[in-house]
Amino acid sequence: MREDWQSGGFGVYIHWPFCASKCPYCDFNSHVSARVDHARWRAALAAEIRATAATLPRRQVTSVFFGGGTPSLMEPETVGEVIRTIAEVWDLAPGTEISLEANPTSVEAGKFRAFRDAGVNRISLGVQALNDPDLKALGRLHTAAEAIGAFETARAVFERVSFDLIYARQNQSRAAWEAELREAIAIAVDHLSLYQLTIEPGTRFGDLFARSRLRGLPDDGLSADMYELTQEICASSGLSAYEVSNHAWPGAECRHNLVYWRYGDYAGIGPGAHGRLTRSGERAATVAYRDPAEWLAAVERTGSGIESTDTLDAEIQSEEMLMMGLRLTEGISLARHAALAGAPLAIGPIEALEGLGMVRHAGDRLTVTEKGRPVLNGVTKSLLFQ
Amino acid sequence: MTDISRIRNFSIVAHIDHGKSTLADRLIQSTGTVADREMKEQILDSMDIERERGITIKAQTVRIDYKAKDGETYVLNLIDTPGHVDFAYEVSRSMRAVEGSLLVVDASQGVEAQTLANVYQAIDAGHEIVPVLNKIDLPAAEPERVKEQIEDVIGIDASEAVPISAKTGLGIPEVLEAIVARLPAPKGDAKAPLKAMLVDSWYDAYLGVVVLVRIFDGVLKKGDRIRMMQTGATYPVDRVGHFRPAMLPVDALYPGELGFLTASIKQVRDTRVGDTITTEKKGCETPLPGFKPAQPVVFCGLFPVDSAQFEDLRDAIEKLQLNDASFSAEMETSAALGFGFRCGFLGLLHLEVIRDRLEREYDIDLITTAPSVIYHIYRTDGTMLELHNPADMPEQVKIDHIEEPRIKATILVPDEFLGDVLKLCQDRRGVQLDLTYAGSRAMVVYDLPLNEVVFDFYDRLKSVTKGYASFDYQVTGYQEDDLVKMQILVNDEPVDALSTMVHRARADARGRAMCEKLKELIPQHLFKIPIQAAIGGRIIARETISALRKDVTAKCYGGDITRKRKLLDKQKAGKKKMRQFGRVEIPQEAFINALKMDD
Repeated sequence: MREDWQSGGFGVYIHWPFCASKCPYCDFNSHVSARVDHARWRAALAAEIRATAATLPRRQVTSVFFGGGTPSLMEPETVGEVIRTIAEVWDLAPGTEISLEANPTSVEAGKFRAFRDAGVNRISLGVQALNDPDLKALGRLHTAAEAIGAFETARAVFERVSFDLIYARQNQSRAAWEAELREAIAIAVDHLSLYQLTIEPGTRFGDLFARSRLRGLPDDGLSADMYELTQEICASSGLSAYEVSNHAWPGAECRHNLVYWRYGDYAGIGPGAHGRLTRSGERAATVAYRDPAEWLAAVERTGSGIESTDTLDAEIQSEEMLMMGLRLTEGISLARHAALAGAPLAIGPIEALEGLGMVRHAGDRLTVTEKGRPVLNGVTKSLLFQ
Repeated sequence: MTDISRIRNFSIVAHIDHGKSTLADRLIQSTGTVADREMKEQILDSMDIERERGITIKAQTVRIDYKAKDGETYVLNLIDTPGHVDFAYEVSRSMRAVEGSLLVVDASQGVEAQTLANVYQAIDAGHEIVPVLNKIDLPAAEPERVKEQIEDVIGIDASEAVPISAKTGLGIPEVLEAIVARLPAPKGDAKAPLKAMLVDSWYDAYLGVVVLVRIFDGVLKKGDRIRMMQTGATYPVDRVGHFRPAMLPVDALYPGELGFLTASIKQVRDTRVGDTITTEKKGCETPLPGFKPAQPVVFCGLFPVDSAQFEDLRDAIEKLQLNDASFSAEMETSAALGFGFRCGFLGLLHLEVIRDRLEREYDIDLITTAPSVIYHIYRTDGTMLELHNPADMPEQVKIDHIEEPRIKATILVPDEFLGDVLKLCQDRRGVQLDLTYAGSRAMVVYDLPLNEVVFDFYDRLKSVTKGYASFDYQVTGYQEDDLVKMQILVNDEPVDALSTMVHRARADARGRAMCEKLKELIPQHLFKIPIQAAIGGRIIARETISALRKDVTAKCYGGDITRKRKLLDKQKAGKKKMRQFGRVEIPQEAFINALKMDD
């Protein structure tokens, strides 16, 4: 019998929790540590992959993704060991997408060839901004020139290179963002991630914001305008949005992230990593110990870094599938949603949203329109809350 | 039986915090009425029989034996009345049950409005009044100035006011002597037919309804068959007794005495405060004067937030009514809020007390609609409708004229805030009746429409005077005015629960203010929402809530799903606090907050 996760595939996510410094906007599980015992980490990551595979045999891997933290700080040998282990325990076809996030510094650019030799075939660079004052404000350790240099190096080494920018930054005008975006598109190859700055609690920006000390953030009107502008410019350059914040040439989408949005299964390897795993017909959410030392100790002592495993009921799965799927331009299959939820989605809210031009309902597909995407949270709530 | 000449019945009149409860404690303690080891703070307020009396409408009584300096033992009956204006009628009955009052005034704060209203009740009841200056030990005490103020404002002789400190016990013996020497003994004829006043009643889980009575003539014994002269109901008396302050059964109650009776009465509703109790046979001919049936004056709708709790709300209301006959409830249906009750209260405090008890004791989340008063709608066919709910207003063409209740409001305020108070009263359609000074404080008396006061007048008054004003009112009667029903339309549909009665001259301003308020209170939706105020078919104000433009999570990957889904579930739970109206969700607190004016 075909299981639901197969609509999304199976991804393997590797979390490297260390950074050279902490960025003020970042709420990911990242830690600044002077000394990392790379050999121990290498062994632990491999052990965790084996432990996961023991409960999840015979899987065809759709994609592998090294995220963080800053995985470009990993030793290429560790990256190689992880990829070898995955190929050993699961089916890793040649040409499968293997991405690695990298900081665009000259030091890390020097490791790109070694990463490629270890098996990485796609790089995602955290460029974030194309001018030095803004990079400084975002807490980045590189300059714009250095980032462009790293990008050139990456292009020479890898076939697939993407980079991230953060916009709707402090004191950023609509015109300034337009110029920056056009510059980025001129550089870009086939994939761009464009994120509006989000102030998260528990970050330095979050603390400043709570004390009303973070000035110059755009209001909802300006950030909506910037979002619209971004969609227009990217679309006219052939880099249409395939997800809320992600743009690609047709066929150049990040396979790994599609696993999440298409609500496939994924193994979360490393501190704080989350997983969705279907075993014996039941789908569970797994969460690994968040603290690096605690995770490492757990793997070494018990053979697993997983702190909790919760079985997800049909309602939760259908909610997650809808919430993630509507982020994609391709939308969701209503039949798949109904099969998960045990009942079809109510037609009333769909029709009301269609009347507002927020969604499109054609055959089995439900998609969010360009008008609906900037208010996706509201659209999702309208569909889910009866 | 006690010789009637050695009974003294009295009440204590005081503003809140001026030391009424502490003085009562000291009187009880110093006479050994309650053993020291059983004594606790504010003993009258903490009795098991009615824990919440401090905020309910029940009177409290204690019988004290006091050996005076003349060597005789006197019986002192103290009635502690609720001070709040909402219960003015109950207070007036308590006042009729005693012959004298202690007027307690804080020696640094002076006379407050609440004190005034109650002291006038005491004067109306023909009381002998003994002024008592409390907190005399405080450095800020100004006894001479306060004495002068008592004489100026109240018009009674304060030259022999008793200086005390209820806290330290200073002056307590002098108070007890003053009660014996200066207050008159009651009068009554033990051989005449029974004539007793029903002063108050409350529900006791073990005894049923307990009735507080004052015997004027005759004797009330266990086993007597009594008749309530207003209701005509008859009951066999199970028990009679004294409050010490716990209930102590005795064989009989005699003229001049205060005490209780129980008679298998099932509901407080079967007893009427102020009714005359006599014997079924050979009873007295004429009842005591001044009886009035309880009349709710403020009305509002109470609806369960969760419509599934409607039956729970009905049960809870019935239980509260067991102990409170003045609180009325009728089922009501609202297009916006579903099934609920239109409830009537004696005043705003009463409303708040009942609402809080329903929410706290019965765990029911409530939506409260704007308080309203009873309008008299005179139709063109000559009939009159008592309108409790603006939603029930007849068509304009069928109305000849409308009358609304008015009040006489007394406000005491320090000089510096007088201008703000006058402006507030003026804005609320007040007519100034009097303005006098007592030292640095002004006393203003206004004739005001009750509907301008029932909602947020007291809050506004406190806010413009930084809490220094005191306020009291009594309903004076009905008067015609140019009143109209104002509707609120949200997304082009009228929301019945937001309809209010307003004066035509103030309708535009009120409509604008409500639309602006609702614009703040209703969250943005995926579409724009017009909010309009209308009189009849005419739109008098309009605001628009613009459509939501930006609400999307920028990053949502594998590690974010759980957190985002939990956030969604939390918002789903939050939606329960909203009322779906057409396509618009209105937060429940909007129904009451829309009315709050920032004048």
